[in-house]
Amino acid sequence: MTRSAPTGRRADLWPARLHVVTGKGGTGKTTVAAALALALAAGGRRTLLVEVEGRQGVAQLFGTPPLPYEERRITAAAGGGEVRVLAIDAEEALLEYLEMFYRLGAAGRALRRLGAIDFATTIAPGLRDVLLTGKVKEATTRTSGGHRVYDAVVVDAPPTGRIGRFLNVTAETAKLAKVGPIKTQSDGVQALLRSPMTAVHVVTLLEEMPVQETVDAIDELNRLRIPVGHVIVNEAQTPLVAAGKVSQAELRRGLTAAGLPTDKATVTGLFAEVKNHLTRQELEDSLRGDLVELGRPVLELPLLSAGVDREGLDVLAAALLAAPTP
Amino acid sequence: MSSDQHPPRLDIDRILSDPGVRIVVCCGSGGVGKTTTAAALALRAAEQHGRRTVVLTIDPARRLAQSLGLTELDNTPRPVKGVGEGTDGSLHAMMLDMKRTFDEVVLAHTDPAKAAEIFANPFYQAMSSTFSGTQEYMAMEKLGHLHAQGEWDLIVVDTPPSRSALDFLDAPARLGRFLDGRMLRLLLAPARAGGRSVFGLVTASFGVFSRVVQKVLGAQLLTDLSGFVAALDSMFGGFRQRAEQTFQILQAPETAFLVVATPEKDAIREAAYFARRLGEERMPLAGLVVNRVHGTQVPQLSAEASLAAAAAFADAGEQAPTADALRIHAALAALADRERAVTAGFAAEFPEVATVSVTAQPADVHDIDGLRMIGSAISQP
Repeated sequence: MTRSAPTGRRADLWPARLHVVTGKGGTGKTTVAAALALALAAGGRRTLLVEVEGRQGVAQLFGTPPLPYEERRITAAAGGGEVRVLAIDAEEALLEYLEMFYRLGAAGRALRRLGAIDFATTIAPGLRDVLLTGKVKEATTRTSGGHRVYDAVVVDAPPTGRIGRFLNVTAETAKLAKVGPIKTQSDGVQALLRSPMTAVHVVTLLEEMPVQETVDAIDELNRLRIPVGHVIVNEAQTPLVAAGKVSQAELRRGLTAAGLPTDKATVTGLFAEVKNHLTRQELEDSLRGDLVELGRPVLELPLLSAGVDREGLDVLAAALLAAPTP
Repeated sequence: MSSDQHPPRLDIDRILSDPGVRIVVCCGSGGVGKTTTAAALALRAAEQHGRRTVVLTIDPARRLAQSLGLTELDNTPRPVKGVGEGTDGSLHAMMLDMKRTFDEVVLAHTDPAKAAEIFANPFYQAMSSTFSGTQEYMAMEKLGHLHAQGEWDLIVVDTPPSRSALDFLDAPARLGRFLDGRMLRLLLAPARAGGRSVFGLVTASFGVFSRVVQKVLGAQLLTDLSGFVAALDSMFGGFRQRAEQTFQILQAPETAFLVVATPEKDAIREAAYFARRLGEERMPLAGLVVNRVHGTQVPQLSAEASLAAAAAFADAGEQAPTADALRIHAALAALADRERAVTAGFAAEFPEVATVSVTAQPADVHDIDGLRMIGSAISQP
């Protein structure tokens, strides 16, 4: 059987099955996660986009009402695939878990009214993360009729500052439970998260703070032995200056040739804009260098001038598949 | 909406100089420049308005922390060198350490022996550094503490990078409720009092739940929890009381909330949530600071004309530097237009909220001079 080109590229570029997307707040994690889910669904596959923070960012991105705790189709992907989305709620996950292991049923719902479920997910540090990652693992490994239900699972994960704690559930549960189902579950999650099935992608902008946090997060993930996938530079702009430095005299000549105004305000204004742009570009180049030094594949997504809408997501998804293999 | 409809201008200097304003809270979603804005405002209050100012930051960039004299995590206000000399004003800075703040709260409200017992409790150790909401709660504790000290004319607060801006307002109440411990007592009642429960509410399902919790979380956790609760018993009322007090301070006219955003859809949407929520909570919203706004220095030259001219150079096969300049200008003008449209959405919903825009700097700011520049940019729109 021959594989089509995009599928082959996809397998080279995105070998994992579970894709965890993190990044500093404000870098566009949710957008990138959604675009990646679309990219991995292209050509008739099915992916699950998971939200774990109750922010309803995916609903906002797709302009739908808040999503319930259930896997539902949110959009079609290029070539016939589909993306489903799941907004995991820790309380619901606990109820589901209690039902599964203890058949709590109606009693569970009564407890919820009492506030006991909310209480249990907040008193035990880490329990929330164990439940969330446990659900992610379940979806990633779920089979039906001998086939995997999802070709890939993409998690819109907590930001860089919390990602280590979120993924290192063993450490948290070790403080809580030495034996029992929670311990068993977290051990299973750990095995998955530290296997080649998983890749954590870090989204950044070409700005100092996000790049610094990317460096710190990758360092932390390396220490935790959790596999790091791509560094994804979001909202990258193509360099606009090819011809190097420009003088005011040069600008005046050019503006005259173009039949545009050449008054002092226009010339000095344009000159200042170019200078700022060059300063910015220099900083961005040095930040790119810092990212390359991390030794992970870096890929850049274009800034969408019209903002991110459904079409924009397709553009980003295509960029994620088209990126050259490093 | 017509484009000449402008929101009222936010007069930062009036807020910073008003002796009646004693707390400025900067809130907004992550990555919008809250920390830098808070530091710049505090510096300006000290230098331009002669106020004894302290800025409480959560997690500044390393170089910003250095410029504020915070080379390591520090839970006490430190004077910022080179600020306020020759004026009445001064600037102190501190970075929130939530574990240490929690420790201080415990120490302040119990005797040393009991405090030692609490510190040794594994549940306390986990909770004081990882409990969701602890950071927000401790930021409030620290604010209440600084306020009560009375050493400062003005406290500027940077809020934690919550998953949602609303957490800052919700988390303290949540933690306060937890530490107040009704559910906790309910859960522990069978274990502690052997059925002699003070609550008539211990239902059969609760018994099941309690057993399940024991099973799921392990008996050890409940034992730790029980010890923690017993040791903390005397402090329960205090937690809720102080959270409520701080909440009331935040509602008082001595507080000014500034919502910080960038001219991007997500940040503006978050800012709108916050503005709505502050209204519901009757907390005084002073205005919106829109950071990193782009503008063109050549407004008379349109993006279209620039691109057309650049294209003409290219058609003529010329590698003209002017063409590059025109493309840079066109991109900037288009960006400025988009940003204006996004910000106008907020203004349409909150026409009465005063707003100030701060021009984007080509590079990040992390020294005192940079903060001064930001401070004057916020004040002179």
